[in-house]
Amino acid sequence: MPVLEVQGLAVFRGERLVFRDIFFTLPPGGAILLRGPNGAGKSSLLRAVAGLTPKAAGKILWDGEDALEDLPTHAVRLAWLGHLDAVKLALTVAEQVSSPAALAALGLAGYAELPAKFLSAGQKRRLALARVAASGAPLWLLDEPTNGLDTASISLLAGIFATHRAGGGMILASTHIELNIPGAEILRL
Amino acid sequence: MKRLILRELRLSLRYASDTAAALLFFVIAATLFPFALGPGPEVLSAIAPGIVWVCALLAALLPLDRLFGADYEDGSLDLLLLSGTTAGGVAFAKTIAHWLTTGFPLLVIAGPLAIMLRMPAAQAPLLLLTLAPGTMLLSLLGTMAGAITLGARRAAVLMPLITLPLMIPVLIFGCAAIASPHPKPALLMLAAMLVLALPLAPLAAGAALRAAVE
Repeated sequence: MPVLEVQGLAVFRGERLVFRDIFFTLPPGGAILLRGPNGAGKSSLLRAVAGLTPKAAGKILWDGEDALEDLPTHAVRLAWLGHLDAVKLALTVAEQVSSPAALAALGLAGYAELPAKFLSAGQKRRLALARVAASGAPLWLLDEPTNGLDTASISLLAGIFATHRAGGGMILASTHIELNIPGAEILRL
Repeated sequence: MKRLILRELRLSLRYASDTAAALLFFVIAATLFPFALGPGPEVLSAIAPGIVWVCALLAALLPLDRLFGADYEDGSLDLLLLSGTTAGGVAFAKTIAHWLTTGFPLLVIAGPLAIMLRMPAAQAPLLLLTLAPGTMLLSLLGTMAGAITLGARRAAVLMPLITLPLMIPVLIFGCAAIASPHPKPALLMLAAMLVLALPLAPLAAGAALRAAVE
């Protein structure tokens, strides 16, 4: 089972050092919640781990090997949920997430044939989360997954997180509110 | 990569009016010339290939600012770059989709349009033969310019300023091949430019995409 290790990570945005000396280890089945005020670098940390934002210093290791050396291979290991939903309004729900199980897990089973432009903001967020759940990738990188979700949907999230971790999956998520993830480590930025 | 191209084609089918806009622009722009210059066949037949070339060039520029712009604004670009394809591969898939939805339809309309402009029908195969690599080069260079200007404030203005100078040699050799009694050297030159742009433009576009999502 693979392990994600981050050692001494530092990231610049423009001329500003967002954070430095970030260390953590994410074992299979593990979860880490990123906390901190706006602008603390939660999104930057997630983007750096995904290989989207270049890191200024430090190492990101996957199973002890440099994860970012081969970006396309690294991309297959992870499922990405950014602060934007990346939902195409002209495509139907099923055209964007083809797994009926993932759609059902997020309460979108009845909307499969509906073009995404008729979805509410919370439903679009759930569609983006269903894409993550359908990816089958071991590492989930989630930027504010609860944005725009109602309390019922947030409890749905707890269910898919538990299923993912039970299968050895890892979760790295930034959040402002309490997420119901038992045994999750908290990383303050 | 195939999935990416299919997704692009499906999206351009859903936004059919955007896709058709470039073709309508091509037809309307070329149709204006006989009104301005008069319908006399001597003048028109001499400049018809040039008109078709220039109008095709300008028409193919129209959809370029949405090529990456829409994906950049809704966050899909991050997902494309994390799809397991290299950034250059993503750019190449976009290039193919642009050619299939813009370049190829332009090519289909170009023949009838040129004949409407009194071009001798015997020249039509040569016109299409030059336009085929011409539109492909335009898709390649246009994708590159689209990626480079991504996130810039005036992307729609910058893009033609980057693409059009690069297209000048293509335009020169394309039109020279039609007018000249010996079209082969000019055609080979076009082919050489295509071979050069085919690997380099997607690579440059891929690097620009990576820089844009930073």
